[in-house]
Amino acid sequence: MEKNLDFNAPHSMGTTIIGVTYNGGVVLGADSRTSTGIYVANRASDKITQLTDNVYVCRSGSAADSQIVSDYVRYFLHQHTIQLGQPATVKVAANLVRLLAYNNKNMLQTGLIVGGWDKYDGGKIYGIPLGGTLIEQPFAIGGSGSSYLYGFFDQAWREGMTKDEAEQLVVKAVSLAIARDGASGGVVRTVIINSEGVTRNFYPGDKLPLWHEELEPQNSLLDIWGTPAASPEPMRE
Amino acid sequence: MDPNSRLVMEDSQRTLTPYVTGTSVIGIKYKDGVLIAADMGGSYGSTLRYKSVERLKAIGKHSLLGASGEISDFQELLRYLDGLILYDNMWDDGNSLGPKEVHSYLTRVMYNRRNKFNPLWNSLVLGGVKNGQKYLGTVNMIGVHYQDNHVATGFGNHLAIPILRDEWREDLSFEEGVRLLEKCMRVLIYRDRSAINKLQIAKITAEGVTISPPYSLKTFWEFSAFKNPTAGAEGSW
Repeated sequence: MEKNLDFNAPHSMGTTIIGVTYNGGVVLGADSRTSTGIYVANRASDKITQLTDNVYVCRSGSAADSQIVSDYVRYFLHQHTIQLGQPATVKVAANLVRLLAYNNKNMLQTGLIVGGWDKYDGGKIYGIPLGGTLIEQPFAIGGSGSSYLYGFFDQAWREGMTKDEAEQLVVKAVSLAIARDGASGGVVRTVIINSEGVTRNFYPGDKLPLWHEELEPQNSLLDIWGTPAASPEPMRE
Repeated sequence: MDPNSRLVMEDSQRTLTPYVTGTSVIGIKYKDGVLIAADMGGSYGSTLRYKSVERLKAIGKHSLLGASGEISDFQELLRYLDGLILYDNMWDDGNSLGPKEVHSYLTRVMYNRRNKFNPLWNSLVLGGVKNGQKYLGTVNMIGVHYQDNHVATGFGNHLAIPILRDEWREDLSFEEGVRLLEKCMRVLIYRDRSAINKLQIAKITAEGVTISPPYSLKTFWEFSAFKNPTAGAEGSW
């Protein structure tokens, strides 16, 4: 068989992940494609994973590596919260992720963005790329799709955005990356974290703007040429 | 990346590849102490990914450490040094670790890691003043270490050191020292692909350590030969 159709290839998340601070909290965003070689193993994955009530992490790279790292950190943070008697801070959560990423740098292949809100520092975003460097940033991008977003953010990012402006920026950015990165796709998921709590949002492909050379989706050619047809339905036996 | 190479246990403690790296650090002694300069770039391969990385950090009261190479390893070194300085402070005996001692400690750490084939992938510049004595040294990932009136890492060795050999003097004033370092940094901005035009300069004197805020240097492009380089030979470059 051709090398491309290796269904035993490690699940990689290709991915576009983003974390953005705004005036009052953070917005995390991601695509939903998990690929095994060129096959899309999961077209609706959730790459924004909860670590505590107030801290989430965006995962990219190896699906297995990023899942196991988040599981360990969630376990440690749970114990830490019990011992501390109050919610863990974003900085502590990020450092726990860093420790795992740094001390296992030879074996792990995952880039992570930790984001959350705590009462001491407000909304914070920490990037943890390959190698285990910990870097606090006003916004962070990661995953294979992020290559297409460096220029976009250089131009579009501003300090002190509102919650809605920040979320729109994230959705637009993930959508632009999906348009050009084969390893990113599916839906756009966002998670907004602030003093009031956590909000999850979901933007399916047809709710996203169309970019260059993309066309409005149709039910059928027949609609364009005259005879109306029904919308696609889930396949049934 | 071959997935099998990561699963063999003996490979877990071997020479690694760097991921997020800093470029040159340059240091010079001057009349009142030591001046060290570094830009604020964190490169990810050929991408200039992080542009606000602080690569100069104060160590205790008397020293400053500048690092090039893998940023995660530099962050880990800072943690080791934090522990070292804290332990020294706990003696509460009026004595404090000076630059010579810190450099010696770093040299041992770097050389011993090299012997175990698990280096900290950095080239370090350590400068300071204690009891009126100025000190400037360097140590790198293979344990090579020395002191001099001027030191540099990476590209700085090739572009800055020749300038410093020609223009350095024993009794440079602060202003002359800063101008000399800026001259070297400007050449690096022109000629080092990994350098960015955003830098910090640190001053260490008997009074203590001061690190400048980030700033950018003006660059010169108005050579007439630059304007129309192929005028004499159309079609050439």
